[in-house]
Amino acid sequence: MRHRQQVLILYLGNSALDSRVVSWALYDGTGNTNRPPGDEDEPPYATGLDALKDGWRLIQLSQLHPAPPGGELTVSYQRYECVFERLVDPGGAAP
Amino acid sequence: MSESATESRRLSTRQVARFVARGFLRFDGLVDETLNREFIEEFEAGPPPPPPAGTPLSQAYAEGSAQHRLLQVPEVRGVIQSLLGSDPLFDHHFYHVTHGSDSRSQYLHQDSTIDTRTAFDLQLFYFPHAVRADMGGTRLVPGSHLRVVHESSIARYQNVLGQERIICPAGTLLACHHGLWHGGGRNASGRRRIMFKVRLNPAEPQVRLWDVSDLEAENLGPKPLFVPDDGEDVQSILCQGQPWFEDDTRRLEFMNRVRLWRYLLGDERADAHYWMTRVENVPR
Repeated sequence: MRHRQQVLILYLGNSALDSRVVSWALYDGTGNTNRPPGDEDEPPYATGLDALKDGWRLIQLSQLHPAPPGGELTVSYQRYECVFERLVDPGGAAP
Repeated sequence: MSESATESRRLSTRQVARFVARGFLRFDGLVDETLNREFIEEFEAGPPPPPPAGTPLSQAYAEGSAQHRLLQVPEVRGVIQSLLGSDPLFDHHFYHVTHGSDSRSQYLHQDSTIDTRTAFDLQLFYFPHAVRADMGGTRLVPGSHLRVVHESSIARYQNVLGQERIICPAGTLLACHHGLWHGGGRNASGRRRIMFKVRLNPAEPQVRLWDVSDLEAENLGPKPLFVPDDGEDVQSILCQGQPWFEDDTRRLEFMNRVRLWRYLLGDERADAHYWMTRVENVPR
């Protein structure tokens, strides 16, 4: 059986994995689902920890870096990015 | 656009504060049915070509054209004059048209390129017909305008808590800071969707251009902190968060709003809920 990767990216309210989800994205390597940007108003999980409890594996967590001198007040990209994966049977049910 | 040419209804101080905080103002059904219809007819007939970038707005559109009359609507003139001044520069315009058979929506993006000015451009989004939920509409992320990102680098953010889709009656106008994150929604309705966008640049300092007759009544000085209030005064408006803000970054958002507010007010001492004053305090 050749499994496919599904990638879930959650952006959290702070650096704790059990903090609330504020933004999210899902990419489905099975091709079974199509998620146009902007179509969902509620996140798939309330927190990053909830995704772990549902079987997603955390493969990357954003590092904590001090702001560069002079840029301490700059706001830019979402800070707390968590990348999860799970491997699924392409013939199985969509997530 | 001389003051005598037509009436102008300028923004109030609190409306300007909301623009600073949220990055846009929304006016539902602002333009009347006749002009909406004639605007669509002009588009279908082939609208006049746009003037060169940098043309003074007063010279950009032919009198009598629907494009010109749209910008002469008193409330539209008032928004432009309140945020940009009496005769800003035309940057560009574009008719964003979808035909109702989209399978994808536009990625979230910020227009143009990295822009580190405190001065800002205004983007008017005009919807000449009603936009239903299944027509996708423009989606935007309130409060995103001060984030320094680069165009579609934010495309990975498929969904953001608190994002808004513009489902609106005909004649609705959005007045947006140039930095506001947005994207066209998927239109699978089978109906054509038209959105006309105009970008304008300021040609004068954007200082106290709105109707400031209500300014004196505002308490702009220091106030007791962490005391509940009605949330509708200027300082409270400037410190209203968004559901997608990170717990820590939201405080930086407030500080960046204060920077923009200072520019608009022409007062480098202005603050909201002491956020800037505290970190600027260096005893001598």
